[in-house]
Amino acid sequence: MPESGQERKTKTGRSALAAILAVGFFAGIIFWGGFNTAMELTNTEAFCISCHEMRDNVYREYQNTIHYSNRSGVRATCPDCHVPREWVHKVARKIRATNELYHKLMGTINTPGKFEAKRLQMARNVWRTMKKTDSRECRNCHDYASMDYVKQERRAMIQHDQGLESGQTCIDCHKGIAHELPAMYEVDPSAAIGP
Amino acid sequence: MKTIPATAFAILFLSLAVPPPALAEGGLKSLRGDRPIGEESLQPAFTKWQHDSKPIARQFIQQPPVIPHSIEGYTINKKFNKCLTCHSWANYKKAGATKVSLTHFTNRDGVELANIAARRYFCTQCHVPQLDVDPLVPNAFQPVELLNGQR
Repeated sequence: MPESGQERKTKTGRSALAAILAVGFFAGIIFWGGFNTAMELTNTEAFCISCHEMRDNVYREYQNTIHYSNRSGVRATCPDCHVPREWVHKVARKIRATNELYHKLMGTINTPGKFEAKRLQMARNVWRTMKKTDSRECRNCHDYASMDYVKQERRAMIQHDQGLESGQTCIDCHKGIAHELPAMYEVDPSAAIGP
Repeated sequence: MKTIPATAFAILFLSLAVPPPALAEGGLKSLRGDRPIGEESLQPAFTKWQHDSKPIARQFIQQPPVIPHSIEGYTINKKFNKCLTCHSWANYKKAGATKVSLTHFTNRDGVELANIAARRYFCTQCHVPQLDVDPLVPNAFQPVELLNGQR
């Protein structure tokens, strides 16, 4: 029985649609996988310190701190604290990072002097974000719910107990734990020598 | 009369040429032990800071109180003083810490200041944290009568 023109056309249309879907499906996997791989690549310490502003300043300071070297051998690297884990927040942070690319091009902090001059402003940006997110990135590892105050040192036990009750967040007290602090006279005049 | 300095020089010269046996072979006991001068001294055993405790009593009236907790990672520099985030007059109540003595607000000319004096700013010049170690030399120091409660 000969096929009618109409039927043949429908069949061709169907197989074309199937082909497009198939190609689209695999192209999607490759594109999405590639996108995610590229994004994850920008989430590595090696990527962060490929820029000298990071390598010569904050990375060097961080090497003297407990998040770099400690008794249990667990290390938190740059993205553990500075990039959110959840996808939506992560992409939002990556988009905001374009501003950092702009300042890299402009050389805003490309000398130690320029970096120091901007340090308070940059630190305040991070503190503000952490306050707003209730120190979300800290809590990826340091979960209040699984923290046993009784096993802590006397001072930590008292402070953590009070902190939880008064609704404080990690960054309220734990500033400058992974990098040098800026000149803090503006932040707490009682804890620094005047200008 | 002139022979005396000459003899003295000769003795001095000879004594320098031949090193005293104690120095060459070790056996001279000093704070670094009795290791010969050419060898590296033994590394002391690792010790840890003492655990946090309540304030430690003074041994004499003028003693700067010692630090009853670890200060590992605490920065004190021109830009920032970690100690003062708890011990300053602005922060001590909230932190439940001892406040800095009033004597620390006077500069060397005797002028009273509104903030801590620069000469008193570097806490660890006088206040030190504690380690549980044996003293290097014997010490029989006793607290003054007023402080050890024996009257």
